[in-house]
Amino acid sequence: MIKIQSLTHQYNQVPKLQFPDWEIKDAEQWLLLGSSGSGKSTLLNIIAGLLKPQNGEVILDGTSVYQLSSRKMDQFRGQKIGIVFQKPHFIKSLNIYDNIAIASSLAGLPIDAKRISLLLETLGLAGKAKKYAEELSQGQLQRASIARALVNHPSVLIADEPTSSLDDENAENVISLLTEQAASSNASLIVATHDNRVRNRLSKECLLS
Amino acid sequence: MNILKLSAKNLSRNKLTTVLNIVLVAFGVGILSILFLASTQIGDKLESNSKDIDLVVGAKGSPLQLILSSIYHIDFPTGNIPAKDAQALMQNPMVKRAVPLALGDNYQGYRIVGTDSSFTGLYGLKVAKGSFWNKDLEATIGSAVATESKLNVGDHFFGAHGLSNSNDEHKQHAYIVKGILAPQGNVTDNLILTNIGSVYKMHEPSHEEDQHHHGEEEKEINNREITSLLIQYRSPMSVVIFPRMVNQSTNMQAASPAMESARLFSLIGVGIETLKWFAILIMAISALSVFISLFNSMKEKKYDLAIMRCLGASKTKVFFLVMLEGLMITVTGALIGLAIGHIALTLIGHFQESSQARLTGYYFLTDELYLIGAGLVIGIIASIIPAVQTYKVDIASTLSKDK
Repeated sequence: MIKIQSLTHQYNQVPKLQFPDWEIKDAEQWLLLGSSGSGKSTLLNIIAGLLKPQNGEVILDGTSVYQLSSRKMDQFRGQKIGIVFQKPHFIKSLNIYDNIAIASSLAGLPIDAKRISLLLETLGLAGKAKKYAEELSQGQLQRASIARALVNHPSVLIADEPTSSLDDENAENVISLLTEQAASSNASLIVATHDNRVRNRLSKECLLS
Repeated sequence: MNILKLSAKNLSRNKLTTVLNIVLVAFGVGILSILFLASTQIGDKLESNSKDIDLVVGAKGSPLQLILSSIYHIDFPTGNIPAKDAQALMQNPMVKRAVPLALGDNYQGYRIVGTDSSFTGLYGLKVAKGSFWNKDLEATIGSAVATESKLNVGDHFFGAHGLSNSNDEHKQHAYIVKGILAPQGNVTDNLILTNIGSVYKMHEPSHEEDQHHHGEEEKEINNREITSLLIQYRSPMSVVIFPRMVNQSTNMQAASPAMESARLFSLIGVGIETLKWFAILIMAISALSVFISLFNSMKEKKYDLAIMRCLGASKTKVFFLVMLEGLMITVTGALIGLAIGHIALTLIGHFQESSQARLTGYYFLTDELYLIGAGLVIGIIASIIPAVQTYKVDIASTLSKDK
């Protein structure tokens, strides 16, 4: 469960961003909507523990994220939050399997080889485990990054414009996988998007203005 | 999947750069380790061979040559001195022990040294097999001579004229091996010891075929000459008086092994010093090269590091990842460099002509640990700036940005 309260953030010389209070219950699936510049990415980064807000609180499973020490927060993020970026980034010197496995070890968790192969299989990447990022297509990489985001059984899955660089078929595919996998892992899902192909797929919406 | 393995994978992605950096470090460390090993071994050898000898008295000429020929058995002797003059010196009250040497012959390149029993006392020699020489034409051979020439107790051999391998053998008299010395770890391992009488006997003009050859030496023998005297003082006070007395009042010269070794070392020292700075320069270049390659790869690696941070790696972990890459290169380089040093010395020792000063790679120094330490330091210096940069990486903006 995630709760955000009286969050504000200001980048240099840009009007202050003010975010509505928001509560996301376990396994709920939300769309985060808003025109560009409305602070969707900023809010996601704040929820993900990547950007410290100037004011306000983010409470995830009873823990106030920004009260944690920087080291604890890194680990907390690794264990509790799965993140899918607009552009999938992978460590180039590792193959897909190792890229997913390292998500477990960096979060301080044991590597569960079975879970990794199961995830790769359900995401249609069964044969790609030993491939490197540069050998895969954008759609495949985006699916692999979903696998990486889910490998540690996070309580929340955050996706920032996951479909914007994909064609219709891949976008459809990715959004289905996100919702299905979040549901089967019992994780809350937050998808920030302005992609109309995604809008009607999730039940709840939060609009930033 | 730990950061050690990840560093290794990152390095193996840029194989050529990694290899270049390792080679640079390895060369620097390799040259330094060769210098360390060789100079220590030469120094040790010089010292262990001359440790109980205070002075060498021989014919006038270069004092360094006298030391080299009489103690280290490398160079040729300066000439001969009359036996009766030597005798007078041996009886001098300042002299505790005086060892006469008669050089001039060899067997397969091993020098035959005519001397008396005081020689064994001077070097503390023991026989491993057989006994010391007793009579003319009996010889006791050094351990290295025995293993390499396959001579055994009871075997006969012919000495050859001169100090290096030659075919000019003294066919008229054969030596008999009476004993083999226990290994001493100094020059005596490579000598064949006999009494002075044997050396004289070799050069007696008994055979006509040798006459034309040894006509000149006839005189020497009639006058009974020896090559040099190794002298041990009774008291350290003699250091000042005795050599001056020899140099001024006799037709011989006195040379101090300590002084001549120091002079020899100061002569080679310039070369060693130059090489040392050259090696240090190579290591500095390697540090720069490691730094540049890490620094350049930071641009590309920024994404990797941001992902790792995003996946739960702490700042320190990412910092050490970058440090580790630098350290792995330089420490691997240092270890390879040490291996190069030892292998090179083994090879040099293998192909070395003079067995008296043979170098070996099976010799380890605590100084070599400093070389590994130097590898660590270079790695730290080269990677600290790129590693500190990781602290500045803004994960959110790096990952949201398009590449």
